Amino acid sequence: MDLGPHAAFIWAAYGVVAVVLTALVAWLVLDGRHQQQLIDELEARGIRRRSRRNGAPNQDFG
Amino acid sequence: MIAMQTLTQSLANPTRFMQLSGRLLPWISCLAGVLLAIGLYMAFTAPLDYQQGHAAKIMFVHVPSAWLAMAGYALVAASSFGLLVFRHPLADVSAKAAAPIGAAFTFLCLVTGSLWGKPMWGAFWVWDPRLTSVLILFFLYLGLIALRSSIEDEALAAKLTAVLALVGIVMLPVIKFSVEWNSLHQPASVMRLGAPTIHPSLLWPLLVMAVGMTALFAALHLKAMRNEILRRRVKALRTVEVENAGGLAGQPAG
Repeated sequence: MDLGPHAAFIWAAYGVVAVVLTALVAWLVLDGRHQQQLIDELEARGIRRRSRRNGAPNQDFG
Repeated sequence: MIAMQTLTQSLANPTRFMQLSGRLLPWISCLAGVLLAIGLYMAFTAPLDYQQGHAAKIMFVHVPSAWLAMAGYALVAASSFGLLVFRHPLADVSAKAAAPIGAAFTFLCLVTGSLWGKPMWGAFWVWDPRLTSVLILFFLYLGLIALRSSIEDEALAAKLTAVLALVGIVMLPVIKFSVEWNSLHQPASVMRLGAPTIHPSLLWPLLVMAVGMTALFAALHLKAMRNEILRRRVKALRTVEVENAGGLAGQPAG
């Protein structure tokens, strides 16, 4: 694809967007997996959220 | 109004939010992917701009990044208002989740603007009112993230960050009107009173890319909010674990 004399600037702009957005998606996906893994490990050790133990709907983060 | 209030109250429950966002997230992500693919095709097959030539293609990522940099900050400020005034349980989660995403889009706005500026203006950077005010917005985002991470007490950090976010909202009108202050930057050509001044052959790719990037922003924000709720649950579970261990340690031996 011929993008004329400013091709390097155009590819660099789209490249930076691709790299930053891919990094953002990867960070969020990996962070989500990590947090879920920590919850699974804690629950496997028998730790339960207070709301789960009481059987009440969860109104907070615990 | 009552329906809106009921929806807000319903979403105030993190468990319900996790259920709803879990259902919505794949659809919003797919929408973003499809729109961005179509938008990129339209961007690279769009006709040449008569003044800028191919370099106008940078606008298809620069302009949506700029809009989302400002919209992201408006979201942080609105969430902060929700925390300080209504004490909505998810308001701080939303503000915390939106800050790094908004910072990333502001960074993209600055970098793509520089990469357009060099061939068009002859310089990567000029201390122009628009460029400088967007740079201040980027530092404001970094300040919000740094302030929150520097305070150990999460409730205090949330309140102080919310106050700073509300003070910083003054930057949005400054950025919007900065093009009228002896600026090199062109004035608004899409979001303006009257019709857009861009030819439809260039306007449509821009709008498709803008909607696609907005959908991506929404998906990233939902995912970041879900991660933050999980992080707070991990903290709550660890507190329960410590309490249980303390209770057992307190029991008499034998």
